[in-house]
Amino acid sequence: MTVTLDLLPVLPELFVALCGLILVLVGVFRSGDATRPIATLCIMTMVTAMLLIWALGPDRQTGFGGLFVADRFAAFSKQLILIGSVLSIALAIPYLEREKTARFEYPVLVLFSTLGMMVMVSANDFMSLYMGLELSSLPLYVLAAYHRDNPRAAEAGVKYFVLGALASGLLLYGVSLLYGFSGTTSFLGLSRSFEDVSGPPAIGIVVGLVFVVAGLAFKVSAAPFHMWTPDVYEGAPTPVTAFFSVAPKIAALCLLTRVMVEPFAAMTDQWRQVVVALALISMLVGAFAALTQANIKRLMAYSSIGHAGYVLVGLAAGSVLGVQSVLIYMTIYLFMNIAVFAVILSMRRMGRHVEAIADLAGLSKTNPAMAFVMAVLMFSMAGIPPLAGFWGKFYVFMAAIEAGLYPLAVIGLITSVVAAYYYLRIVKLMYFDEPVESFDRPVGTAPVVAMSVGTLVVLGFTFLPAPLVTGAKAAAAALFPTG
Amino acid sequence: MTDWPLLTLTTFLPLLGALFILTIRGETEVVARNARNVALLTALATFVVSLFILGRFDAASPEFQLKETAAWFPGTTIAYSLGVDGVSLWFVLLSTFLTPLCILSTFNAVRERVKEYMVCFLVLETMMVGMFCALDLVLFYLFFEGVLIPMFIIIGVWGGQRRVYAAFKFFLYTLLGSVLMLVAMLAMYFEAQTTDIPSLMAHSFPLEMQKWLWMAFFASFAVKVPMWPVHTWLPDAHVEAPTAGSVILAGVLLKMGAYGFLRFSLPMLPDASVFFTPLIQVLSVVAVIYTSLVALVQDDIKKLIAYSSVAHMGYVTLGLFAMTPQGVEGALIQMLSHGIVAAALFLGVGVIYDRLHTREIARFGGLASRMPVYAALFMLFTLASIGLPGTSGFVGEFLVLIGVFQVDRLVATLASTGVILGAAYMLYLYRRVFFGRLVHEDLKMLPDLSAREILVFLPLAVLVVWMGVHPATFLDPMHASVAKLIDNFELAKAAQAGLAAATR
Repeated sequence: MTVTLDLLPVLPELFVALCGLILVLVGVFRSGDATRPIATLCIMTMVTAMLLIWALGPDRQTGFGGLFVADRFAAFSKQLILIGSVLSIALAIPYLEREKTARFEYPVLVLFSTLGMMVMVSANDFMSLYMGLELSSLPLYVLAAYHRDNPRAAEAGVKYFVLGALASGLLLYGVSLLYGFSGTTSFLGLSRSFEDVSGPPAIGIVVGLVFVVAGLAFKVSAAPFHMWTPDVYEGAPTPVTAFFSVAPKIAALCLLTRVMVEPFAAMTDQWRQVVVALALISMLVGAFAALTQANIKRLMAYSSIGHAGYVLVGLAAGSVLGVQSVLIYMTIYLFMNIAVFAVILSMRRMGRHVEAIADLAGLSKTNPAMAFVMAVLMFSMAGIPPLAGFWGKFYVFMAAIEAGLYPLAVIGLITSVVAAYYYLRIVKLMYFDEPVESFDRPVGTAPVVAMSVGTLVVLGFTFLPAPLVTGAKAAAAALFPTG
Repeated sequence: MTDWPLLTLTTFLPLLGALFILTIRGETEVVARNARNVALLTALATFVVSLFILGRFDAASPEFQLKETAAWFPGTTIAYSLGVDGVSLWFVLLSTFLTPLCILSTFNAVRERVKEYMVCFLVLETMMVGMFCALDLVLFYLFFEGVLIPMFIIIGVWGGQRRVYAAFKFFLYTLLGSVLMLVAMLAMYFEAQTTDIPSLMAHSFPLEMQKWLWMAFFASFAVKVPMWPVHTWLPDAHVEAPTAGSVILAGVLLKMGAYGFLRFSLPMLPDASVFFTPLIQVLSVVAVIYTSLVALVQDDIKKLIAYSSVAHMGYVTLGLFAMTPQGVEGALIQMLSHGIVAAALFLGVGVIYDRLHTREIARFGGLASRMPVYAALFMLFTLASIGLPGTSGFVGEFLVLIGVFQVDRLVATLASTGVILGAAYMLYLYRRVFFGRLVHEDLKMLPDLSAREILVFLPLAVLVVWMGVHPATFLDPMHASVAKLIDNFELAKAAQAGLAAATR
């Protein structure tokens, strides 16, 4: 195998890495504020990376001597991650400029974190997995504390860092156990090692698996490893929260899916119990803890915990349909969430950002278009047909029922009714209550674009589901051996 | 226009109108006027299109007709598939018939956010018509649940004092029932490997599974009907909803539950339906007697009519589960009749509410002398609600009671007391509102019905009498479909009995 061939599948990542390094240098050596040009270049880099992924083709290729894999699943996940990152940079720049905290490092940090996530979802070995995970996490710690003068942001950064380090430790401990008992860290090697064993797998493997799942559950903010989420979401600057709620979450969920389905395919019965428990607790926490929140970012934190729970329901099925449902859910979630954060970023009064849910009162009178967008998004998040959020839930529960997980499906759907209450509360505030002061105008181009894209996806998916459904199915099938 | 996709057209025409209304810009007054006109025109056009469905419908065939199918979700059997039979045909027409009347009735009543109001109503119409036309499980669910969104907004924005409470109660109550139905639908999909409703009707599910599925469907439909004891959302929603909202709620949304029983529970889960018939009978009889008694003591006109709706729907469920031709057809007529009569009564309440902004019975009295036309029309609908021969209510109740009597005499006897109680509370209401001396000062200046209001009531009055005098118009297209339903039901029952005998 020649060097060129071996590096070809990594091309998009190499490109992003190179551009990131160049952009750092450009930013350092340019005098004056370079945030806007650098952000534009970062967005262009990521768009080019999306094209490169598309140009590479869907066939499964490995690079770096089998440490890295590019397949349909990775390509699909990377597209989602890149869309999330592009939109969140676009949303962030006007915010940062208004808050007078615009620095060129912001887009570059997002870019490096995105690079880490791309490596994560293409990991074919626990070594590359860990490298990608850390590469994506370190910029996130910095981003969480980006408003370094603000004590809440600093607290968020430290909290995220300490707990993130703990989760990494758990993950590494699990990996070391797996290595100790199977003699390999490669996904392929692990799945082969189970083929020869008849009877239950070694206890060390099971314990290692549980640690790995726990470490990754922290990253996807699945309960009971969710404690950091509300504080970090609330404390971090809003565009950072928007980024946190989509790209890293999607990357971690895709990674978790690959780890469960590829190397541990033979141990589905073992990991399913863990994933079912995570899903149940996440859905319950996401539904009940959000009921009393007054801050919209905290509400979105609990909502994202709940959504992670629904995605895990799909994963728990462990089938092609299950993985397909995970991908469909996350795609829809990505567009819904980014659009919701675009609305949250537009909640300004007299130039100051407000974050209380009550601030939305009477929005339907002061800004009907934004209220309509937000109402559509809230109904979609609650999973009411014919909006796209319903189909996400439909697919995950379809997968769960195909796998015979009836109690999980019933409890999950009942929690979705509880969750519907707090989404409806926002609709109620906007439509049934009298307005308080109106928000500042104009809203700005980036939020309007994000809101329009999100609303179009949410409203249009019912009419044109085929591209996403077939794409997700092909991506899901890539994780399963043919036959 | 023989090749036109009539059902799709009927379903999505209101949605197009809604989109058009969204684009209207300008001054508030102009927008309001244009929105009203566009909404009314759209609704009327939809009604005209739906009449073509009736024209092309072949009453002799029990099959689903005017079918339209298109691929929808690749990799599954979920398809966009529409069709009507002798049962759903009438509900499509009921929906398209009531919507223009509702829109017309709100021309004066709704003055705020008219544009949004009209959009909500047209979206609601799309959902209702789509639900009755759907021939795919998932498509049905989509429309069934989709109704919640516009209705939530209608109650919450334009409702009365406790509208927020009523809107949430309505939404969450029905959603909770429906999610259980979703689980059942998915389970059916994996058991039968299809989501096509006609194919599912032909599939026979194992008995144990049927019972679980039946209960899940029951959770959803019983709330929607509503059956005692899960009816408590209805009085709240009815009282707080704006007039037109109550009309659609009573006229069409309540029929969705009973339609669900007829479309899913009875044909797809016949053995479980037999098993659970006593449950339905008990709940229905309780509904008929208990809610009639509750209706007697209400002070609020709307609440009284809301409780009477629960009682009337009790007859519907009784008739359906009797599974005799008279019972089922009676239930269907009762549903149509109630759809028109309850709608008319709520519109009637709306008339005096618009003038006085109260619905308290004690605030009225002696209206007959001031508003003779109104009093006469309200009398007609009151008598129809009671079930006087010659009105639509009589045909429905009479057929249901005949149908039930063949199956269970005790149940029929108990249920017939509802007729007497119904007469009691409706006539008592009528006496308190319309007769007696005109004591309240503000009532002495009330104007009688305007031409627009008469225009709203007239079609309803004509239908009530038509259905009462010549029910065959409505019954004839039903016969074939109902006969097929009952034949299949009997076959399934016999097969189950044979199976039971064989295993013994």
